[in-house]
Amino acid sequence: MAREQQAAQTLFRLSGVSCAGCVNKIESAVQGVAGVQDARINLADKTLKVQGAAAPQSCIEAVRQAGYDAEVAKSSERQRREEQRAQEERHYHQLLWRSAIALGVGLPLMAWGLITDKMSVNSFADQLAWGVMGLITLAILVFCGGQFFSGAWKALRHHSATMDTLVALGTGTAWLFSMLVVLVPHLLPEAARHVYFEASAMIIGLISLGQALEVRARGRTSAAVEKLLELQDTSARVLRDGKEVDLPIEQVQAGDQLRVRPGEKIPVDGMVLEGGSLVDESMLTGEPVPVKKGEGDNLAAGTLNKNGSLLFRAEKVGADTRLAQIIEMVKNAQGSRVPIARLADKISAIFVPVVMIIAVVAALVWFNLGPDPRAAHMLVVLTSVLIIACPCALGLATPMSVMVGVGKGAEYGVLVRNGKALQQSCNLDVLVVDKTGTLTEGSPRLTDIESEGDSDELLRLLASLEQGSEHPLAEAVVTAAHEKKLDLQKPSDFEAITAHGVMGVISGKKILLGNSKLMQRENIPLGDWKARANNLAEAGRTVMYAAVDGVMQGIIAVADPIRDDAAAAIARLRKLGLRLEMLTGDNQASAEAVARHLKIDKVHAELLPEDKERIVAQLQKDGARVGMVGDGINDAPALARADVGFAIGAGTDVAIESADVTLMRSSLHGVANAVELSRATLGNIKQNLFGAFIYNTLGIPIAAGVLFPLTGMLLSPIVAGAAMALSSLTVVSNANRLRFFKPSEVH
Amino acid sequence: MIATLVNTIGVLLIIAIIWWFWLGPRRGAAKTVAVSEQLQIVVKDGVYEPDHIRLPSGHAATLHFLREDPSPCSEWVIFPDLEISAELALNKETTVEIPAAKPGKYPFSCQMQMYRGTLTLE
Ligand SMILES: [Cu+2]
Repeated sequence: MAREQQAAQTLFRLSGVSCAGCVNKIESAVQGVAGVQDARINLADKTLKVQGAAAPQSCIEAVRQAGYDAEVAKSSERQRREEQRAQEERHYHQLLWRSAIALGVGLPLMAWGLITDKMSVNSFADQLAWGVMGLITLAILVFCGGQFFSGAWKALRHHSATMDTLVALGTGTAWLFSMLVVLVPHLLPEAARHVYFEASAMIIGLISLGQALEVRARGRTSAAVEKLLELQDTSARVLRDGKEVDLPIEQVQAGDQLRVRPGEKIPVDGMVLEGGSLVDESMLTGEPVPVKKGEGDNLAAGTLNKNGSLLFRAEKVGADTRLAQIIEMVKNAQGSRVPIARLADKISAIFVPVVMIIAVVAALVWFNLGPDPRAAHMLVVLTSVLIIACPCALGLATPMSVMVGVGKGAEYGVLVRNGKALQQSCNLDVLVVDKTGTLTEGSPRLTDIESEGDSDELLRLLASLEQGSEHPLAEAVVTAAHEKKLDLQKPSDFEAITAHGVMGVISGKKILLGNSKLMQRENIPLGDWKARANNLAEAGRTVMYAAVDGVMQGIIAVADPIRDDAAAAIARLRKLGLRLEMLTGDNQASAEAVARHLKIDKVHAELLPEDKERIVAQLQKDGARVGMVGDGINDAPALARADVGFAIGAGTDVAIESADVTLMRSSLHGVANAVELSRATLGNIKQNLFGAFIYNTLGIPIAAGVLFPLTGMLLSPIVAGAAMALSSLTVVSNANRLRFFKPSEVH
Repeated sequence: MIATLVNTIGVLLIIAIIWWFWLGPRRGAAKTVAVSEQLQIVVKDGVYEPDHIRLPSGHAATLHFLREDPSPCSEWVIFPDLEISAELALNKETTVEIPAAKPGKYPFSCQMQMYRGTLTLE
């Protein structure tokens, strides 16, 4: 205990710390506190990490004495999120304000222009009035649009161009031209003495408004991770020195004993030491039915203890818990790219410089070939093209949808490793399914017992006999006897005969249990039992003969039962257009019986583990896109070979890290959910890409003036600004529609 | 007279754009760091600073991103070829683990591809 306490680590959040000089001062002050082994400040995070058994309060006191303030950091990840949200909120309001001010100046100016049509500079009075207006607009550009200009300048110095570049160039050109008109109107032809101050102000206002709305909408796209984070408890009840104390979750260490009461969340991963309870794991696995937990069972952080009190030992804490790993994985996957985005990526990478060239070329064409007023037309075209061309929408099209799609999957217990897996899940042809543990429950059960006399008595004798055997089928027999609460006895003269069965003596009776070969060997006639056994065998069961004192007494049949939901899930998968094939190491007869029952198209039976990978590879060679479902560890090579590997089952650490898709719930419904989700996400991405491409490919020529011969009008830079603001907003909003995705499965 | 001037300026602009963004020499803003050292990348005003990073290949490394830019574009940093992405906290350091990888150029960017940089492993 003492050693564990020594290794304890406390994290403090500092305030008032801003310089490197403060760091030394605080570190040495805290190091002076009794029990502190090491104190280290992270200036970027403004946190202090203290190692040692010192009381947190005395550390805080030491920091205060040094002239700063500190508090114990609570559940850091969640707090970070909250701060992030608060900062987002501030940024949102800042953008709204900028937009309001810019539009507040731009709108009246535009109204003035529309109503009076006096936007030209023809006299000294005009010069003066518009000069003042120009300075006001300059203030708007600096205060409301300053970040576009500084961003553009910085990007330019790095030989790169961003949307800031386009906005700054567009609005800057409009303002500079207008100022030129104000200062030296006589140098310009009369028709071109028009000012465009309202355009600069309006564009800044509209784009800021669009960004504000985008910030808002983006906040909603990450709702899924937020929900997962909320599952993490902030404190835990730990047994220390025989007492139960509430500790912040960061201070819980592996090996600690913890108590959870009914209705409380389980704070860390661990193993039950005492007590029993129903635990609701639906938040983690999507499994709606609570699971019974008792001594020796594993508990996962974030799940809900329903009705009993549990004492358990912490095994994994902090970032090692399964929940933390899931959150990490979801976050990582949310930011990943899908292959479909490659083209859009390539385009947006060179887009901005290309647009700048297009804008200059279009301006020159208007200047040389266009109708009068040439200078004005040139300016409008230049500004509009620059403003409308921002490739933001294109860049956002895929990440936004992936973000929502991956998060949505996590809600249903479908963990997608990256965007590529998400995309490939949508167009699979064949789904190869491992039988044991996926289609079936994975542990054999006694299904039939037929006997001459009392079947319970026969079962009692057989289970007593099998107690000593290690054969997997024996376990099914013993379990069945336990369920019926039969009293078992120890057999004497027990003997296992390889490939035949077992024999032994119980209460003076000689019992034999095995296949027909065993009965032949012992010269026991099978009689009409043989026909009944054949019937059961055809149904896919493993049948054994039982004889007592040399006379056939009955038969028992054992089978790995098909999972309750397998048939419904397979029907769903077939409806999604997938062909199903089964892989199993089992014998052909029982495999085919299962396949018949579940309507599976093809069976590969009696396989060795390495055959599975070969079959997947063969299917791929024949041109099929193959999905493979297996339970993780023994199917690993085949899962890796498949286009998409679905690791099904408990969601072990290995599986989470290696599979393309991990299903938290041991059900094929998860695969169907994944396929449906993938199709919904891909559909959404295509809508987004289409919208963004159309927008840019149509927007630029229109802004360049190709419609002028038809309409006699040029696209106003203000409309271009509004359209640009709308474009990324549209993409983000459309991605948000995915949040309403629901798999077709009904419980 | 004015026409010639405007056209000349236009053509010069086009040449300047092509030269500056594509052909021009990329001044070495690159930083080479040993694995043990801390390298901080500031995300601000539409760029990563530094935006060219050199690291020895074959070693895992940690990059420290400090995002000072509230605009949503900069929220994520993505290394598509390394299958890494990270959500960057605002005004706070976020560490990004780079696994040991083969020598080569690995571009990284924000979600919208507005902020761009290159990680060179050599
Ligand atoms: Cu952008």
